[in-house]
Amino acid sequence: MMEKQILMGMNGDEAVAYATKQVNPDVVAAYPITPQTIIVERFSEYVADGLVDTEFVAVESEHSALSSCVGAAATGARAFTATAANGLALMWEITYIAASLRLPIVMAIVNRAMSAPINIHNDHSDSMGARDSGWIQIYCENSQEVYDACIEAWKMGEHLDVQLPVMVCLDGFTLGHTMENVLTLPDKAVKEFIGERKFITVEGHLGEVEFRLDPDNPLTMGPLDLQDFYFEHKLQQVEAMGEALKAIPEVDAEYAKVSGRRYGMLHPYRMEDAEVAVMGLGSTMGTVRYVIDELREEGVKAGLLKMRVFRPFPVEDLIEVVGDTPVVGVLDKAASFGAPGGPLYEEVKTAFYDEADRPLIADYIYGLGGRDASPKLIRGVFKSLEEIRSRGEVAEKVSYVGVRE
Amino acid sequence: MMSELTLRDAAKKTDLLAPGHRLCAGCGESIIARLVLKAARGPTMVTSATGCLEVATTIFPYTAWRLPWIHSAFENAAATASGMEAAWKAMRKKGRGPLAKYETLDVVAFAGDGGTYDIGIQALSGAIERGHDFTYVLLDNEAYMNTGIQRSGGTPHAAATTTSPAGSVIPGKREWKKPIAEIVIAHEVPYVATLSAAWPMDLMRKARRALEAEGPAFLHAIVPCARGWRFPPEKTIEVSRLAVQTCIFPLYECRLEKGRPVYTLSAASAAIARRPESKKPVEEYLEMQGRFRHLFRPERRDDIIDGIQAWVDNRWQLLLEKAGL
Repeated sequence: MMEKQILMGMNGDEAVAYATKQVNPDVVAAYPITPQTIIVERFSEYVADGLVDTEFVAVESEHSALSSCVGAAATGARAFTATAANGLALMWEITYIAASLRLPIVMAIVNRAMSAPINIHNDHSDSMGARDSGWIQIYCENSQEVYDACIEAWKMGEHLDVQLPVMVCLDGFTLGHTMENVLTLPDKAVKEFIGERKFITVEGHLGEVEFRLDPDNPLTMGPLDLQDFYFEHKLQQVEAMGEALKAIPEVDAEYAKVSGRRYGMLHPYRMEDAEVAVMGLGSTMGTVRYVIDELREEGVKAGLLKMRVFRPFPVEDLIEVVGDTPVVGVLDKAASFGAPGGPLYEEVKTAFYDEADRPLIADYIYGLGGRDASPKLIRGVFKSLEEIRSRGEVAEKVSYVGVRE
Repeated sequence: MMSELTLRDAAKKTDLLAPGHRLCAGCGESIIARLVLKAARGPTMVTSATGCLEVATTIFPYTAWRLPWIHSAFENAAATASGMEAAWKAMRKKGRGPLAKYETLDVVAFAGDGGTYDIGIQALSGAIERGHDFTYVLLDNEAYMNTGIQRSGGTPHAAATTTSPAGSVIPGKREWKKPIAEIVIAHEVPYVATLSAAWPMDLMRKARRALEAEGPAFLHAIVPCARGWRFPPEKTIEVSRLAVQTCIFPLYECRLEKGRPVYTLSAASAAIARRPESKKPVEEYLEMQGRFRHLFRPERRDDIIDGIQAWVDNRWQLLLEKAGL
C-alpha cells in the first residue's frame, strides 16, 4: 500500500539522520568528521530529545566506531555508523572484519577526498578505496535517494541470502550540506518496512544456532581460520555478493510499493537511441542529465547511465542497458594511481571484454578534491565522446578533465 | 548486589574455557581466563583481542569457549565490548531483541599487554571514559608473545625480548614498564584490581567484584610466559607468587568511593606491608627467568639489578602511601 508522505526540506546529511531516526537502530557508534558531522549532530539531538531508543556511543575514533558496531551487530543489534575520507581509512581494518563476520551494519559515507593534501571536499577516493572490503555500496544522486537508501539498506544487508554490511555513499557538501525537498514516509511505514532483524542459522559447536552472540546458545565468532577453511569462507562472501544482485531488486520492488519510488542497480536516461553515453556515480549525474537535455535540443543523441549500486557490480544489467550504444564515457571521481584507469572505468571495460558488440569506452577522471563538475565540463566530455564516435577509436583512453596541466 | 564468591561455588562451576585448547604447557593465560570466568555470575559474553588466547582457543571449526565469544581485531577489544554492552542496553530499553530478557549481561574483554598498553590503549581509554559496564582483563605476559616475544609498553626494564635483545651495548629493554593500572585508575573507574594465579581465590573474588561493579572494571593479571620469560613450564605459579612477594607486582584493589580512588592491599601484599622484612629481593624473581639472564651472566650487573630494586621499592612505597599505610 502506498503511504501518504510528507515533503521535508533537508540536506543529505539530515536525510541520513532522519531516516536513521525512523529506523531507530539499537546502536549508533560514530565519530565526527567533516562533512559527515551533521549526521551525528542531528542523531545526537534525537537521542537527547528521547525520539529514539538507540544507544548512542560517542566513540573516540572511527576505528572504535566500526569496532563498536561489530560488537553490537554480533550481539544481534541493528548498528549504524557514518564517516568520510580519513575516517573511513582509519576504519579500513574493520571494514573487512565487519563484512567477513557477515554483520549487516549500515554506514553512511559522506564522500570526501582522501588526504594528503588535506581537503574536505568531495570525490570518491574514500569509498573507492573500500570497494574490495566486502560491503554493498550504493551511490546517491540526491537527498531523496539518500533518504530512501538509508531505509532500504537494512533490508538489503539483512536479507537472509545476503548478510552483508552496506555503505550508503553521498557526495560531501554537494549533497551532504545542500538543502533539498525530500518526501518522507511516516515512522510507522518505515518500521513496518524494515521489520525486525532476521538471523541465519549456523551449525555451532553446540548445535544449530542463530548467528549471534547469545548466552543461551553460545557461538564462537571470528575464530582463527587458516589454510583449510579460510578460502571457503571467502567464497561464501563472493556468493553472498552474487545473492545481493538478486536481493537488491527485490528490496527495491518492495520499497516501491510503499514509497512509489522505484530504484534499480542502474538508472538509464534517454539511452534508447543514445549514440554517446556517459556513465558514473553520485550527484554529478544530475548535472549530466541537465546537459543531456540541452544536447538533445541541439540534436546530439546523448544518454546517461547512472550506476546506483557499485557493489555488487551489475554486469548483466550494464550490458543490457548499454545495448548497442556505440560510445560510452566513464566519469571517475577517483584516481587509481598506477592503474590502467579509474576504478569504475576498469570494471566497465572488464564487463564488456567478452561482448562481441562492445562500445568504445573512454575514461574521464574529474572532480578530485571537489573540483567543480560544471555543465561546461560535462559538455566537454560529450564533445570528446562525439569525436571518438566519428573517428571510430579511442585516442586517449584516460583523460583528466577540469585540471590545469 | 554484591555476592562473595566461595571456593565451593567456584569448584562446582563448569569451566567456561574448556580444556583441549592449544596454549603452551605452563601458560598463565588459560589459568587466569578460567579463574576469571569461574566468577561469572550469570549470562556472560567474551571478546578477545588478537593474541595467544584467541589463536590457541579457537581454530575453525574448533573452539574451547563454552560461552558466546567474539574476536574482531587486535586493538579494539574495549570498543567491541562497548558495542556488545550497548546492544544489550538498547534491547533492554526497547524490551525486544534477542537479549532483552537478561537482567544482567556481563561483557568481558580479554587482551594482552600489546593490545592494552600499546595498540589498544586508545580504545580502552575511550570505552572506560564512556563508562560502559564491562570488565576488561589485561593478561600481561609482558611482551608480544604471539608474534614471538617482542617488547611492549608492558615489558619490564632490562628484560630481553626479540626487539629489545640483550646486546653487547644495550642490555635489554631500556625503558620502564608503563603504569597501566594507574592510567586506568586516573580515568576514575569504579573498580581496578591486580591478579596473580598464585592466589586463585583472591583472583576469583576480584573477578566477581569486577563483574558486579556498575561501570567499567579493569583487572590486571600478571601472566608468566614460560616460553617468553624463559623458565620451566612447571614454575608458572612460583613465578606468579614471587612477582607478588618481591612487590614487583603487588596485589591490590582500587575502588572509586565518593569520587576518590580508595586503594586496598590484598592479603598477600598487605602481609608484606605489615612485615616489611618479609619482602623478598627482586633478584630472586629476576634470577629464575632467562629473559634477565644477562643481568647475572657472564658477569653480574649490579648496576641494573640495583636499579630495578630501586624502581620496585619506589613503586611499592607509592602504593603504600596511596593505600594510606
